[in-house]
Amino acid sequence: MVTDTTTTKSGLAQASGQFSTFFVADLFFGVDVLRVQEVLRFQQMTRVPQAPEVIEGLINLRGQIVTAIDMRRRLRLPPRAGDQTPMNMVVRTEDGAVSLLVDEIGDVLDVDATTYERPPENLDLAARDLIRGVYKLKERLLLVLDAERTVDLTAGRAA
Amino acid sequence: MQDEDVIREFLVESHENLSRLDRELVELEKHPKDSEMLASIFRTIHTIKGTCGFLAFSTLERITHQAETLLSQLRDGRRDLSPSLVSLILDTVDATRKVLGSIEASGEEGPDRFEDLAERLRVAAQLTTGGEVQPVPGLPPSPAIEHLDCNSATGHTEDKPREGDAAKSSAVADANIRVGVGLLDKLMDLVGELVLTRNQILQFNTEREDAALNVTSQRLNLITTELQEGVMKTRMQPIGTVWNKLPRVVRDTSVALGKQIRLEMDGTETELDRTIIEAIKDPLVHLVRNSCDHGIEAPEVRVRIGKPPQGRLTLRAYHEGGQVNIEIGDDGAGIDVAQVKQKAIEKGLLRPEQAEKLTDREALNMVFQPGFSTAKTVTNVSGRGVGLDVVKSNIEKIGGTVDVFSRPGEGTTVKLKIPLTLAIIPGLVITSGGERFVIPQVSLLELIRLEGDSGEKHIERVHGTPVYRRRGSLLPIAYLNQVLGLKSAERADVVSMVVLQAEDRQFGLVVDGINDTQEIVVKPLGKQLKGLIVYAGATIMGDGRVALILDVLGIGQRSGVLAESREQARAATEQKTLSGVEQQRLLLFRAGSFKRLAVPLSLVARLEEFPQSSIEHAGGCQVVQYRNRILPLIPLRDVLESDAPDHSQTADPVQVIVFNDGDRSVGLVVDQILDVAEETVTVRQKTGRKGLLGSAVVGKHVADFLDLNQVIRTAADGWFQSTGGSGNGRRILVAEASAFSRGLIRSGLDMVGYRVLEAANRDEAIRGLEQHPVDIVVTALDLPPDGSSALITAMRRRTEWQGIPILALADSAEQARVRAGQTADFQDCQVKFDREAMLESVARLASTLASSETVPVCVGEER
Repeated sequence: MVTDTTTTKSGLAQASGQFSTFFVADLFFGVDVLRVQEVLRFQQMTRVPQAPEVIEGLINLRGQIVTAIDMRRRLRLPPRAGDQTPMNMVVRTEDGAVSLLVDEIGDVLDVDATTYERPPENLDLAARDLIRGVYKLKERLLLVLDAERTVDLTAGRAA
Repeated sequence: MQDEDVIREFLVESHENLSRLDRELVELEKHPKDSEMLASIFRTIHTIKGTCGFLAFSTLERITHQAETLLSQLRDGRRDLSPSLVSLILDTVDATRKVLGSIEASGEEGPDRFEDLAERLRVAAQLTTGGEVQPVPGLPPSPAIEHLDCNSATGHTEDKPREGDAAKSSAVADANIRVGVGLLDKLMDLVGELVLTRNQILQFNTEREDAALNVTSQRLNLITTELQEGVMKTRMQPIGTVWNKLPRVVRDTSVALGKQIRLEMDGTETELDRTIIEAIKDPLVHLVRNSCDHGIEAPEVRVRIGKPPQGRLTLRAYHEGGQVNIEIGDDGAGIDVAQVKQKAIEKGLLRPEQAEKLTDREALNMVFQPGFSTAKTVTNVSGRGVGLDVVKSNIEKIGGTVDVFSRPGEGTTVKLKIPLTLAIIPGLVITSGGERFVIPQVSLLELIRLEGDSGEKHIERVHGTPVYRRRGSLLPIAYLNQVLGLKSAERADVVSMVVLQAEDRQFGLVVDGINDTQEIVVKPLGKQLKGLIVYAGATIMGDGRVALILDVLGIGQRSGVLAESREQARAATEQKTLSGVEQQRLLLFRAGSFKRLAVPLSLVARLEEFPQSSIEHAGGCQVVQYRNRILPLIPLRDVLESDAPDHSQTADPVQVIVFNDGDRSVGLVVDQILDVAEETVTVRQKTGRKGLLGSAVVGKHVADFLDLNQVIRTAADGWFQSTGGSGNGRRILVAEASAFSRGLIRSGLDMVGYRVLEAANRDEAIRGLEQHPVDIVVTALDLPPDGSSALITAMRRRTEWQGIPILALADSAEQARVRAGQTADFQDCQVKFDREAMLESVARLASTLASSETVPVCVGEER
């Protein structure tokens, strides 16, 4: 069950054109599929008192201690409904694996590079820093999440 | 056998170093100005040379010494790098390889003395202009090269058994294999996973009654435990593995220097993570060599000053607070602080005025600066200014710290603190606010359980700070749930407390529950949590959940039980300056109908209780005899509620807050001392009421800030008139944005008889100067709109204001220290809330003024 981490390095460098998608509130996000280590149901979480607000806690991922970041709070969105349990999307970053708590997991999508655009200028500050660009899919917009900036809590002034 | 070990290690290490040198030299040729690269090359050559010296490989030592001389000229910028110089150094590298090959094959350096190369190096070193060097004639080939190159690539010295030597090589090659640390890490993770699965099976087993399953799961249990222990051990090594080569180093150094040195080692069995052992190897050798060379005196010197001729060098290793401490101590001459400063100035590392301000400890740590060496002559052993800076950078690379302690004439101790990035430590599991935490056992002194009636009552308060009487001495106490901001458990009769040791101090930590001790594996926290000083890491518990490991030192600092270290204090003030809020310790108390009054704790000298019967009357004031003096008492209730005096019963004994002002004291009678709060003063509202500065939210409730100065003036004016102030009515302009801070500064100043004008910003300050004659200006460095310099510039433009001395106030001691050096702008710089220092400085500035007419003391008129 151990994920082969030797692909990590190359995965960080190159982009596949495929995106693992997920929902946070009504926003539809995508992360390069090579960056995604695994997707887990909500795990038992150890809270970290005094930690920045966006950190939900720590999870045990087969002996590895992984920090979980709540994407709702990271994007300054209202909290999810009480009965809704988030999903863990574990992404590889330069600082090791980090879990992003998202509302729902979507499909893996191939996107057409010609539909890409830079994010709109009038985006909320918290979000603008974390969104690299937008793919205009037929039925909705796919926001490309910058995973490195998302886990860097000093970015986007969201900490 | 030991010599062979040393030589083999030397060979492996040198091969690694040489292949790096090849790469770095080529890099350097491309970027000749890369001083970091140059320093690295220099250090590598230095290391090889040093080791050769001890192993008595004179040919190698000679050529590397020459190359080092050449490199040190390059490093110091005395000459430029030319291609021919690079070739020359590369030739040295090749020659070194050949000699190493010969050593490996025969144990000897071989017949070739490389006289020609040494001569060329020597000549090149003398041409300080960086002139061209003669082209290089080819070096005679050596039969050992082929064999050696292939070895250096794999890093094994004897991986090919040679005929006739089979027994020897098999002992070396077969008993040990090199395994990547990555693989060990992976094994460790897998074992962790296995342990969890095992736990689940065991749980499952208790629910079923199946004999076969029972037996199997017991076996699984045993095997898993053993496997876990085994895998964990693979990463741990006793520090003795590094120390083993030190006796030889000490012996050879002492022989070379004509000294007598005895080496004592304590804690050889202290286990350290493999990677850490690797990283501290070179720094340790450097430090030991340094102690031998610079620390311990020559025998005749020692005898002359009454020491035994044989010097003592002590190595000590022990676990403390989740760290491993390694101490290298000698009983030698110690470090001369004055000489260090002098040297630092000579080397241009320090300006003379900076040197004066350094504390002894800071000065001692100058020896870790690059390019610093106090040795008077360059010897073979040390003195080229590499070594200690390398030690520091290597230790810091693995997250450790280096500190040096020295007493002149008694010796020097260098203390390395190495973190346990990955180590197994015993820990105590505790709970607080419903969460589990682990406290490293090394920091744990004892557990205290206070039961029944005595529970919370055993904890007493000094200034509102909780303390516990432990065998006759007071132990400061912190509550873990408060430190971490967790909900406290229901106040039970039972108080559980762990007594902890952090550095050299002890404190008690009250927790909700104490569970048990466990062996835990320390795992680092992610980058997002690195800033939290209260945690040392995290671990995975038997049930598979994560638990945080507390950093005892961090908890102590966060709770205020231990003083913050300088570094963190600086970081904290920086943050404070950024956010612009004021963090203060406030004493909260009650008087009359004022349920919550506050004064800054910094102004409070002591808290006292006096029996009613001891209160006497003198000069229209209530007084008590206190420490052989007369202490005037001010009943605060009467001052604040003078309009409706309340003559109800006062408590006996009376509670008194004593304030000191220079050599005078005054006591404020209050109804009850409530607490001490560390508070960010957030909301401020100016009240018109006499005796109060304003209100603020302190600990979720509103508190009134006492205008201490006004209270004392109103109530004990006669007393102060008779003693007189030192201010002589000089007029002082206080420019500071915060009304609260201004009030504090003002109260200090007009207590000693200065007349104070207040200004909240630059324009107000200029207006004040225009409207009143001002003797001294006291301004905050962060005066709005754009700092004190704008005000100072404005003052320097007007001739009549040019002579006014200026005292700048900084937010932190650090800032004050830095800015005090820049005296072009102002005469002095002090910390904002250090009243004593501020008053002293104002008095000093006042004394420089031409003694003007003495104005009678005049109070509270010029708001």
